[in-house]
Amino acid sequence: MSTTYEYVPKPALVKGDHDFGDITDMICETPLQKTPPLWYVAFGAANILLLVMLALIGYLFWEGTGVWGLNVPAGWGWAIVNFVWWVGIGHAGTLISAILFLFRQDWRTAINRFAEAMTIFAVMCAGVFPAIHVGRIWFIYWVFPIPNQMAMWPNFTSPLLWDVFAVSTYFTVSVLFWYVGLIPDFATLRDKATSKLQKITYGIFSLGWTGSFRDWWNYEKAYMILAGLATPLVLSVHTVVSFDFSVSLIPGWHSTIFPPYFVAGAIYSGFAMVLSLMIIARKIYGLEDIMNVDIMEKMNIVMMATGLLVAFAYLMEGWTAWYSGYIYEQAIFKLYVVGPYDWGFWILMFCNVVTPNFLWSKTVRRNVTLTFIISILVNIGMWFERFMIAVASLSTDFLPSSWDYYSPTWVDIWTYIGTFGLFFTFFLLFLRFFPMIAIAEVKAVMPQADPHYYEENGSNDHGKSGDNELKSNND
Amino acid sequence: MESQQSTHSDSLHGILAEFRNPKELVDAARKVEQSGYKKYDAYTPFPIHGLEKAMNLKDSPLGWIVFLHGLIGAGGALLLMIWTMGYDYPMNISGKPYIDIPSFIPVTFELTILLSAFGATFGMLYLNGLPKFHNPLFNSDRFDKVTDDGFFIGIESDDALFEREKVKDLLEEAGASHIEEIHD
Repeated sequence: MSTTYEYVPKPALVKGDHDFGDITDMICETPLQKTPPLWYVAFGAANILLLVMLALIGYLFWEGTGVWGLNVPAGWGWAIVNFVWWVGIGHAGTLISAILFLFRQDWRTAINRFAEAMTIFAVMCAGVFPAIHVGRIWFIYWVFPIPNQMAMWPNFTSPLLWDVFAVSTYFTVSVLFWYVGLIPDFATLRDKATSKLQKITYGIFSLGWTGSFRDWWNYEKAYMILAGLATPLVLSVHTVVSFDFSVSLIPGWHSTIFPPYFVAGAIYSGFAMVLSLMIIARKIYGLEDIMNVDIMEKMNIVMMATGLLVAFAYLMEGWTAWYSGYIYEQAIFKLYVVGPYDWGFWILMFCNVVTPNFLWSKTVRRNVTLTFIISILVNIGMWFERFMIAVASLSTDFLPSSWDYYSPTWVDIWTYIGTFGLFFTFFLLFLRFFPMIAIAEVKAVMPQADPHYYEENGSNDHGKSGDNELKSNND
Repeated sequence: MESQQSTHSDSLHGILAEFRNPKELVDAARKVEQSGYKKYDAYTPFPIHGLEKAMNLKDSPLGWIVFLHGLIGAGGALLLMIWTMGYDYPMNISGKPYIDIPSFIPVTFELTILLSAFGATFGMLYLNGLPKFHNPLFNSDRFDKVTDDGFFIGIESDDALFEREKVKDLLEEAGASHIEEIHD
């Protein structure tokens, strides 16, 4: 009749027997050591790609948007596809740091710093495209409400202008949130640093942080408020991006499902990108005890859930086309499936609808290699999703006589590849000089951080969890 | 007698005591609080929950700072848009009303968040007195551990109840593993 439940303790977030000092050393080692030669190789390669991007942007400014593959009616091409793709990737960081913080998902501490960095650099890559695609770059300041000699103001009723505010706010708030999280960790680096230069540099960035509990008290409040602010913000950004499409009248764009569909897709691709980067970084930097398989599995579950939401949205697009009885909507859906860009549609279906279903299996979720492959496929799929939305809908619009096939030029392709140079230049600098895991936050979720821990386990020095005798190699 | 002057208790900034783990720190902080000291603080590598009760801290006023910033963001954004679109240069855009509040909402929302985030970040730094260029605590070599695995309590010499030996006895009694004087 009666059932008794046994208390099952949650598995430890940090694997292995580590005390607070071990965590500090593990994470501080990379920023404080000498630069490994391999880093220079990677950084050099990223720099070359960055230069390619800058050169092609210069070429674009000199020649005009004719160097891209745009035509009439497809006035939005790879630039917009890349913008939406990068900004979507940029959603995972704030989701992990803000939403999972509010939901008290302590496992986020292993990856939040890393994911926030990725967010900031992805939003930078995204921001390049809307800025350069305007054609007359010297008028770009028109998007800001700056008093000028024409006495004109931006059109605040336009979704494109909302986008300017959404993306720039998102970038600024992400940087602030990231920096607030970094202050105590810069202080750790300052105190661990041995060279004068490191001490001074990290000292400046840590602003004189002492770890005073009265400071922590305000700090935690600030962190919680920032998380609370970032949560609606992250949902609003891709919503506003989707308004760029859905507020217009183009069949395939004019749809109320776009905001939730875009947000789910953004989280889906963002988690995939975090996974791809995390799987490489944890291996290279030996952080497998912190960025462990349990955390990878949790991320895989989020990725699968959002992937299925996205798949559901695709189904709904077909359903809406049929049920609305609106012939243009039906035509565009048919043209997706069997039309000039049907190859893109089927790549998208495979990557975004078939792939996440492999994650039903626990074995796959916990397999590092398979997760890596899936995460790459998801990002390819999400790029094609934006390609289908932006290009396929535009180039086959209302009047078949004006249809035209869109294909990118080499400038389009290499500008896109070049943004990876921008991304990895900053990301490698981050990996080299920043604490890539939130040191203070990881310590705070360890069982030894709780004062009650010592009532049951006796008082060991500095929160050593296991038997001190077994770890004799320390002395 | 210049040299004596510098080691005189005037230069004493406070007494810093180290504790072994979070629990001992919380117990000690409670003792210090109950002994009536006001100008003291605990220093920890990460926030320890329960310490705020032991130290009897009041809720942070940061929420109010953020709220005010949010109001400025929302109000400023709406005023900007209503004035520019409705009065300074009204333009007929697809037959929409000049002052079209629903389509002003996204920008209002973004600027509310932006200003609130500035309020949260810089308000926190202001309340904590950061950035701070000089802090006598950093004269202590042991204090480097505070961002690693050290748990400290410091009682400042400015405190009304401060008496060097009494403070040392209290901290010793509270279970400190190491006690030192901090000079400025």
